[in-house]
Amino acid sequence: MKRILIGSILPALFIASWEISSRTGLLTLESLSRPSDILRAGIAGLADGSILVATGQTFETALFGLAVAAVAGIIAGAVLGLSPVLERVVDPTIEALRPIPAVAFIPLALMMFGFGISMEATIVAYACVWPILIVTISAVKAIEPRLLEVADTLEMNFVERLRKIILPAAFVRINVGLRVATGIALVVAVTVEIVLNPRGLGYSLMLAQQSLRVDIMYAQLLWLCVIGYVLNALLRNIGPASIVLSRAGR
Amino acid sequence: MQVKAKQTVGGGKAAATTPGMSMYQVSLSYGASSPERRLILENITLDVREGEFLCIVGPSGSGKTTLLRMLSGLVKPTTGEVRFRGQVVSGPSRERAIIFQDYSKALLPWRTVAGNIALSLEAEGMRPADQQPIVAALLSKMGIVRAANQFPGQLSGGMQQRVQIARCLAQRPKILLMDEPFGALDAMTRQALQDEILILSGEQRMTVVFITHDLEEAIYLGDRVVVLGDTPARIIETIDVDLPRPRDQLTTREDPRFLAHRHRLFGLLRRH
Ligand SMILES: Nc1ncnc2c1ncn2[C@@H]1O[C@H](COP(=O)(O)OP(=O)(O)OP(=O)(O)O)[C@@H](O)[C@H]1O
Ligand SMILES: [Mg+2]
Repeated sequence: MKRILIGSILPALFIASWEISSRTGLLTLESLSRPSDILRAGIAGLADGSILVATGQTFETALFGLAVAAVAGIIAGAVLGLSPVLERVVDPTIEALRPIPAVAFIPLALMMFGFGISMEATIVAYACVWPILIVTISAVKAIEPRLLEVADTLEMNFVERLRKIILPAAFVRINVGLRVATGIALVVAVTVEIVLNPRGLGYSLMLAQQSLRVDIMYAQLLWLCVIGYVLNALLRNIGPASIVLSRAGR
Repeated sequence: MQVKAKQTVGGGKAAATTPGMSMYQVSLSYGASSPERRLILENITLDVREGEFLCIVGPSGSGKTTLLRMLSGLVKPTTGEVRFRGQVVSGPSRERAIIFQDYSKALLPWRTVAGNIALSLEAEGMRPADQQPIVAALLSKMGIVRAANQFPGQLSGGMQQRVQIARCLAQRPKILLMDEPFGALDAMTRQALQDEILILSGEQRMTVVFITHDLEEAIYLGDRVVVLGDTPARIIETIDVDLPRPRDQLTTREDPRFLAHRHRLFGLLRRH
């Protein structure tokens, strides 16, 4: 609590001086709005539901893309982490594909899917799959070999092995990859919306800018900031929570 | 700890004619290419009789663990063949449980003791309701009932090893392969577990291959003791332990025959 108070001193000072200087005419830039106006616009946006609808659309896409990336990345990562030979075969391809910026695929995805959720989610999945894949490979490689031998002597099949040994053993590290990917998912989704997809928070931001509603634009930026913060806080707690889950009933 | 009478383990072993397991002219080298390639085990021919308690001793680094891993199927011999009940061993099997030397690494740290034991039953596809009584029975057999809901990291070494043994028993193996299972434990715990494993193997007519570097432990437990020489290891001696069962930590170890075996093994290993 004390830390939160101390931490909010700087932003509070900043906002206060911003408000004062724009009211006293010290700041007259068109690209700036007053904090009080921004707050009003934010409340209005929340009240009429427009921000929430846009948030819902962005999240829907980001999570869809993330889920696809997570399933693909974790399964492929587990297979590659278990098979050094396969990893050596696939690694150059991974390293070639990984540096391509996901947004560079926007034209291609647009041709394939048109506007809408599929196109955007594909881009998100592409961006997210790499950190998940790479973290999973290294996490699986780091699993205590004894545990895999236990699975061998119990003649577990691949699915059982994945569910009962590999995923729990690699969970903590895979979770880090998922956290990183979740941040990326949000960034990429908003970017695709700003660039061309007519839905979600990115698109609302563009609309506000184009209709010169600087207050709304700032309100939405602030909202993105809040979402990012909450999301990160949630993800931090998912780690221990899922360990508890995976232990439950054992 | 009281050792109950057991008729099943003892001199009557010779009656079993088909060997439980065998190694025929097995050699093993580690390392793929010639410069770093090292011959570890050379020309090992060995029979493990059904129901027998076979101990293997040898100098540190001689390849005891490697030999046991070949019996389990985790490691394939470079030449020669390993057979289990007549069939060539091509990989690990539920029928051959292996108790790893490093018990702390062989347990699932995210599962409770009961959960670790249940793993063997889950792998078999058993319904949870059917698992419960079996897990409970094993917990009490191994004396770890009170630890059922603890995690391995919270237990002492002796307790962890009991959990590993319980998990291996849960897989209802035909043969138990144990790699210096009590090596890292204190003397009291070690003796208690020695007697428990004797009771277990006697009750269930379990075939046991037991690796140790402790000569007295080998004589105390075994029907036979196989001695491995230095690298590349070969079998340099096989001793029949003619001590009566049930064995007793005090009287057995004071038996003149025990001492004679000890003398002999000690001499053999010193020479190598
Ligand atoms: N996977 C491996 N790759 C290469 N060399 C190995 C491997 N495993 C074991 N070795 C080597 O083989 C030899 C025998 O090892 P092993 O673990 O079987 O001996 P051990 O008799 O069990 O030793 P200890 O008494 O210390 O347990 C050692 O020199 C070891 O370094
Ligand atoms: Mg060893």
